[in-house]
Amino acid sequence: MSHTFQQKAFKSGDRTAAPEPESPQPDFIKVRDFSFYYDSTVQVLFDLNLDVPKQKVTAFIGPSGCGKSTLLRSINRMNDLIDGIRHEGDITIDGHSIFDPHLEVISLRKRIGMVFQKSNPFPKSIYENIVYSLRVAGRSKRSELDEVVERSLRGAALWDEVKDRLKESAFGLSGGQMQRLCIARAIANRPEILLMDEPCSALDPIATGKIEDLIHELKKEYTIVIVTHNMQQAARVSDRTAFFYLGKLIEYNETEDIFMNPKNPQTEAYVSGRFG
Amino acid sequence: MKAKTAFGKNIKPAGEVWVWVTGVGLAMGLFMILFLLGVIVWNGLNYFWPKRVAQIELAEDGRTEFRGERELFGVVTMRRSLTVENLSPDDADLVDLAREDPDYMREMMVYTGNRDVFATQNFAFLIMGDIERITHPEELMVLERTEWGNAIARPLELRLGTGEVISAGDPGFGDTLRRKVNEVRDRRSAIQRIERREMGRINARINREDLEIRYLRSLDERTPVQEAELERRLATVESLREELRPLELRSQALREQQREHSIAFQLVGGIERVQPLGDIVNFYLPNQMNLIQRAGWFFFKIWEFLTDYPREANTEGGIFPALFGTFVMTLLMSLAVTPFGVLAAVYLREYAKQGPLVSAVRISINNLAGVPSIVFGVFGLGFFIHEVGAVIDQVFYPRMVAINTPVFGTGGILWASLTLALMTVPVVIVATEEALAAVSRGVREGSLACGASKWQTIQRLVLPASSPGILTGLILAMARGAGEVAPLLLVGVMALAPSLPIDGMFPFIHLDRKFMHLGFHIYIVALQSPDTEATKPLVFASTLVLIMLVVVLNLGAIMIRNHLRKKLMSSAF
Repeated sequence: MSHTFQQKAFKSGDRTAAPEPESPQPDFIKVRDFSFYYDSTVQVLFDLNLDVPKQKVTAFIGPSGCGKSTLLRSINRMNDLIDGIRHEGDITIDGHSIFDPHLEVISLRKRIGMVFQKSNPFPKSIYENIVYSLRVAGRSKRSELDEVVERSLRGAALWDEVKDRLKESAFGLSGGQMQRLCIARAIANRPEILLMDEPCSALDPIATGKIEDLIHELKKEYTIVIVTHNMQQAARVSDRTAFFYLGKLIEYNETEDIFMNPKNPQTEAYVSGRFG
Repeated sequence: MKAKTAFGKNIKPAGEVWVWVTGVGLAMGLFMILFLLGVIVWNGLNYFWPKRVAQIELAEDGRTEFRGERELFGVVTMRRSLTVENLSPDDADLVDLAREDPDYMREMMVYTGNRDVFATQNFAFLIMGDIERITHPEELMVLERTEWGNAIARPLELRLGTGEVISAGDPGFGDTLRRKVNEVRDRRSAIQRIERREMGRINARINREDLEIRYLRSLDERTPVQEAELERRLATVESLREELRPLELRSQALREQQREHSIAFQLVGGIERVQPLGDIVNFYLPNQMNLIQRAGWFFFKIWEFLTDYPREANTEGGIFPALFGTFVMTLLMSLAVTPFGVLAAVYLREYAKQGPLVSAVRISINNLAGVPSIVFGVFGLGFFIHEVGAVIDQVFYPRMVAINTPVFGTGGILWASLTLALMTVPVVIVATEEALAAVSRGVREGSLACGASKWQTIQRLVLPASSPGILTGLILAMARGAGEVAPLLLVGVMALAPSLPIDGMFPFIHLDRKFMHLGFHIYIVALQSPDTEATKPLVFASTLVLIMLVVVLNLGAIMIRNHLRKKLMSSAF
């Protein structure tokens, strides 16, 4: 990667260009000794160490309240919105700390797309939903926007369904379409990382299948981190899986190993459905 | 009846009786509101309906007489029973008479008009037992005049300028009179155009020059430059006066023409009057009108009421300046209150760190909404007029300050609007805060995750999404502001303003001008006019217009809100 997070001014032209071919860096996101507190007394993450490889799908699994979403939301510093939080340790992306005081959180988020558990289309047209991240970055060249809309919607396998009603409200879409629209919106700015927080939990099996197919497609271009409750889903879509329990990372390995050959008895109990 | 249920005993739902109590509460509230509206609408509209004119003959031996006569013309406005307690000692025998004929304990109120002849009294009170006969002769006429109110009379003849006389019995009388009255009316508006617009424009310039001259003359010593300026301005005034002269002559000539024709009519007791047509605004023959003609006249009068200037110290004519003043003031208030309130709410809800201080501020804002409105008027007077206005005058109009004619340092529509904006800002803040809070966290997070800053999120998503809620706040603010009178008394409302706040004279919008307001107009007409009984219908009509104005403003805002809501929910923006 040519640019770093120290660059405060994010150059808009960079991200729409095709990614340069480069040797895959196995450890793209590194979590080091990371602990997280909601306030000074409530600790939810304990000394996590975790490396997320580039252009792979990494799944975070674990029972509710185990802190997997908190970790995910730490990666694009979404937790900043909450008063009284505190963390220890560090998370780096491409070798640069995301907590660097010189780093603008906006430029960090421009490089990380996020898809939420509940689809959250903006009260705008489908078109304006997609180009939102470009508009807030001050890019409004019509031809560029049109191109981004088509590319993102094709990327999210939604183009054929909505190409004739781009100017209509996003609220007219079905639940699955809305979630794919949110994915299209998340990839519109060509982020490097795509964070997905239980993206299918509110969807029916058919819509879920479509999104899982989409994840397979997307990992060719993006580093994906997905939080899921659904172990089958983790098994289907991810390359690596991390199992969390009570804020601790219990086991982190190739997905196959986690499900077929778990080393930790707790992991085994969870993936075989005996608790959680 | 005791029914046995499947459970073996009669089940009486506990507390169901309270449904009825709550229902009665609502019904009483509704009844009071509908009664109030009904009274206003009925009385307000009644003012415009052309009523028949009665010729009332009184019994020769009765105690009641009208100016020594036993006959009068008038519109019956009310019948009511007399009570024994209210009778004067002289009338004590009425109680006995009423045993024979209950009409002796009833009284009739008759609008007689003709204030110029019958002193200033517009009404006669007649004891109904003394009335012998009431007829409605077709030829009776109501003449609306520029002065002294209406004349109710029997027309005799039309005297044309050519010396021709058309008697009321002639078949062409009505048509000729109509034509001549229209002619006179057109000429009257021509005179007004010349005097108000053309001469008004020049007069306004003369006034401005005069003020400057007054200032220059007030100086103890003048520099040569000032001396030259004085000379120049005096010359300007002279030349402007020259410009006025031909206009004056023209209006003079037109006024002469107004006296060309005249109408003779007869009042009770054979009193005959001759009045130049120039004094007649309109006339009608209510006893000849059929229902359709009455309805036509009714709508015509409503239109006239809304678009005309008041006459005779607000007791006759229309209410246009008051309506316009209220409208402009409410609009200015909305323009001021919306950005102010929305920005404050955005800071409070989105940026301020929620804590005891913010809570205290919020409580204070809520309490501000309950402060008596006159307090805001005092603040407007003390702060806007005496502080801000005085500073503006000192900076921009130092000469006006020197000769003691403040421009912004006195009441005006700007200060009135700002005072009301201040009074209504809590409503907008509270409504906006609620609307902002209702925007989902998901949308905000989604926006931030797209790399938007907080301000971008607010500007592009949160504010548009809360615009219907903001408009609701504005609607409430307008509803409160449009009808408020007390604070206006201190900051620039007038019973009779010489000019409108917006007109064709540069710079078109005159924020420093005093203005008329419907609420104040109602007060003035109801309590400060010479004959409050005569202006009562006018009060109801003005009240109706005020209510309608508030309704129209609110409907406008509601329509905008629904449009936004629809746009927000279904289509794109």
